[in-house]
Amino acid sequence: MCTVCGCGAGETKIEGGLANAHEHTHVHEDGTVHTHTHDHGHDHDHAHGHGAALLGAHSHSHRHGDGSEHSHDHVHSGEHAHSHGDSHHHEHGIAGDLDYGTGPARAHVPGMSQARMVQIEQDILSKNNTYAAANRQWLDDRGIFALNLVSSPGSGKTALLCKTIELLKDKVAISVVEGDQQTSNDAERIRATGVPALQINTGKGCHLDGHMVGHAIQRLQPADESLFLIENVGNLVCPAAFDLGEHHKVAILSVTEGEDKPLKYPDMFAAADVMLLNKVDLLPYLEFNADLAEANARRVNPDLIIFRVSATSGEGLGGWLGWIAAGLDAQRSLRSESLDTLKRRIAELERQLAAK
Amino acid sequence: MHEMSLAEGVLQLVEDTAKRENARRVKLVVLEIGRMSSVEPEALKFCFEAVTNGSIAQGAALEIIDVPGAGWCMLCSETVPMEALYGACPTCGSYQVQATSGTEMRVKEIEIE
Repeated sequence: MCTVCGCGAGETKIEGGLANAHEHTHVHEDGTVHTHTHDHGHDHDHAHGHGAALLGAHSHSHRHGDGSEHSHDHVHSGEHAHSHGDSHHHEHGIAGDLDYGTGPARAHVPGMSQARMVQIEQDILSKNNTYAAANRQWLDDRGIFALNLVSSPGSGKTALLCKTIELLKDKVAISVVEGDQQTSNDAERIRATGVPALQINTGKGCHLDGHMVGHAIQRLQPADESLFLIENVGNLVCPAAFDLGEHHKVAILSVTEGEDKPLKYPDMFAAADVMLLNKVDLLPYLEFNADLAEANARRVNPDLIIFRVSATSGEGLGGWLGWIAAGLDAQRSLRSESLDTLKRRIAELERQLAAK
Repeated sequence: MHEMSLAEGVLQLVEDTAKRENARRVKLVVLEIGRMSSVEPEALKFCFEAVTNGSIAQGAALEIIDVPGAGWCMLCSETVPMEALYGACPTCGSYQVQATSGTEMRVKEIEIE
């Protein structure tokens, strides 16, 4: 659609470079509105060639010397921007026509460098999100429930993981990915509980990303309908932005930190679905207002599910384990539903084959 | 360090596009970075120079368009300016403000030849 006049694409067709007329409504800088009809004859001086066999239609917007912007459709085989002297829509009906690129001066200047602007309009994290989506699909296909545990260093992530694993390992298969800058200490602690663990050392990196976790999944090969736990690098900032393909982020806040941490590091608490307030066995010895901490967390994320727990005393772990069990069940039933759908589809296709 | 992986993300998108367009060189990269995206533009510029070294985008200028924060306040039923994510509405003081812009991290366009 033209951003100057709002007319839709495809209203005017110019095939093979023929002149054509169409109507526009313009708003001028002084506020007057008028409608007029005008002709265009544009011949594109051909600076470079396109393969004649392909016909690709696309639309793009570009800016004119007067600052106005518009978009128009083309049919041709390459993708590139070019500029014109007036606002209009057009379509090229023939393959093999040629366009000048939008040069630095955004004008047709024969012989000038073909520098041109190419619109990308893509999120910087889109690559990571693609990896994460692939991980999530892989996990979903196998009915695996995946959690990404995030917190600042020293909040007790690993201790909490060990405790959780101890309590759950007889009921469900578990595998763990451990992210740290250096050392495999955490993976060794997890392996001591008897479940497989893989350490990822990020070196200078401050977070795990979708690509790393994809490799870890392939290495660990978590069992169908199992629990897959990712302990992210201890950092309350960066891991918030990187989707790993998990089903939920679980933020851990310990009572030895400040109540205002959710306000200081809101991204993480907003990205998480669950918050574990850990080390509550220490509350009697500290001036920590647990209610205030919860209220702060809910201010940045009103839907946050909060459990007060202690990995040391085991206090409050029932609610957390119950929440995991519900997540595992949901993943299993999703999987069996999709398996049933597939089976029905196979049966239907076989029936159709038999009828032929 | 976070900016380093963002810069690598930018370079990937730029390289993919430059390859598709048969570009010889990337002259300019234009990013849109929201004021509430928790990205530090200066750090990103530094990292961009580091990661583009030796790539098709070596020496490319980096232009960062600063996108101010705005959000929809549920109580006021209008779009209000926002300074910080999860901050209060400047009009009524409520925290029921849903960010509508200022969180973006996008590669907008590149200039190639």
